[in-house]
Amino acid sequence: MKVTMTVNGEEVTAEIEGRLLLVHFLRDQLGLTGTHWGCDTSNCGTCVVWLDREPVKSCTVLAAMAGGHDVRTVEGLEQGGELDPVQKGFIACHGLQCGFCTPGMMMTARALLDKNPDPSEGEIREAISGQICRCTGYATIVRSIRWAASAS
Amino acid sequence: MQVPGQFEYERATSVEHAIGLLDRLGDTARLVAGGHSLLPMMKLRLANFDYLIDINDLHAELGHITVEPGRIRIGAMTRHRELLESPDLRQHFPIFADAERVIADPVVRNRGTLGGSLCQADPSEDLSAVCTTLGASCVIRGLDGERVVPMEDFHRGPYETAVGDAEMLTEVHFPLRPGGSSAYEKVERRAGDWAVVSAGAAVWLQNGVMTDARVGLAAVGPDTAGLPEISQALRGREPSEALYEEAGDIAARSCDPATDTRGSADYKRHLAKELTRRTLRKAVRRLEGRA
Ligand SMILES: Cc1cc2nc3c(=O)[nH]c(=O)nc-3n(C[C@H](O)[C@H](O)[C@H](O)COP(=O)(O)OP(=O)(O)OC[C@H]3O[C@@H](n4cnc5c(N)ncnc54)[C@H](O)[C@@H]3O)c2cc1C
Ligand code: FES
Ligand code: FES
Repeated sequence: MKVTMTVNGEEVTAEIEGRLLLVHFLRDQLGLTGTHWGCDTSNCGTCVVWLDREPVKSCTVLAAMAGGHDVRTVEGLEQGGELDPVQKGFIACHGLQCGFCTPGMMMTARALLDKNPDPSEGEIREAISGQICRCTGYATIVRSIRWAASAS
Repeated sequence: MQVPGQFEYERATSVEHAIGLLDRLGDTARLVAGGHSLLPMMKLRLANFDYLIDINDLHAELGHITVEPGRIRIGAMTRHRELLESPDLRQHFPIFADAERVIADPVVRNRGTLGGSLCQADPSEDLSAVCTTLGASCVIRGLDGERVVPMEDFHRGPYETAVGDAEMLTEVHFPLRPGGSSAYEKVERRAGDWAVVSAGAAVWLQNGVMTDARVGLAAVGPDTAGLPEISQALRGREPSEALYEEAGDIAARSCDPATDTRGSADYKRHLAKELTRRTLRKAVRRLEGRA
């Protein structure tokens, strides 16, 4: 089947199988490997991207479901050559170790800050509660998101 | 890598269109709403279908929470996040926010729907227990129109519902009676996990006496179960710790939990009792403005 969607502001059209998952479409067909793929069971959150500005776990969304919709991935966070404050925060506060969970964490963080520009530590922890950092760097992830909140 | 088996993808543009497709394609077709129960099952080949009919475009039609005199109607495509954030539900049925806060995680809650939760008919499904507790009815639409099925008859066993092959759940109706409040409690092994046991309670008070009370449990039997014996025991009595204890004893006695990796049957009975007490207490305190 044919699917057309917007990915990071650009329209893409592709021939896909109905069963193709959004995470594999982004990585394998569009080469956007910033979105990671981990547990495959909607538990770890490393595959989080935005579907119409809302974070979703792309291992549990069909690429076909995104047809006609707006998808944003970690590659789309940077605007006009300038890193997003969330990305800067992860650099400033050592928000990543191996970096595997990082794209998903940053997409959820950006969505949180768009709705709630000054979240408490508790609200940040709640927002990322569906995402696992296997390096267990939660304290610095929370700090990075707080940094981004105060920087913007 | 886990991917579902091959299927044809179709997108429904209206409820009638979805039902027409189901009718034409028969039992080789299945609706997909949020997909957060169905796609994991298809990845594991626990379910295989030739056609998936995507009903996400029906959110405009079926994604509503409407307060009317005497009832609240909630569309089947209403997502977990919308149930959690609804001021109307917070006011009339605080049980929803209690439950939604502990269903999965915020990202899963952006996708999963009320209809998908009820139609999945997993005995551990929290929203099914909420609907049972509130005495909800399910509106099922088919080619010949609508029928309304009360929650007690909606689940026919684990993963089986009253919805026929060429039918879909469109709305859930919740009776709204004055003087009531509600609460939900869940024990889980870790944040966002399925329940070891959860309980919901709804109570109605008039002049310090319970005019009605309902308790629903999840994860302690083949279905999320309402406990009419508790309602009978509590009606016409004044709320007290002794009464909550009595209700808890009925819950522990009436449920039918199985020993599994989440805990022993004895432990789950203990939880059924304790959570029944806690939710009744909390619902009454909310009515008295003390919570
Ligand atoms: C990581 C994770 C954790 C979870 N934790 C919990 C938890 O703690 N508690 C809990 O209760 N749930 C939990 N869930 C389950 C989740 O809340 C719901 O099961 C899920 O959201 C179902 O809704 P859906 O819209 O995704 O349904 P889908 O997966 O799209 O559909 C489920 C079934 O319902 C059918 N269906 C859907 N809509 C309709 C309709 N309108 N009419 C007829 N049939 C329909 C489908 O054909 C399918 O058979 C969890 C899920 C995940 C992925
Ligand atoms: S790969 Fe999607 S949640 Fe883990
Ligand atoms: S940085 Fe390694 S998983 Fe989070």
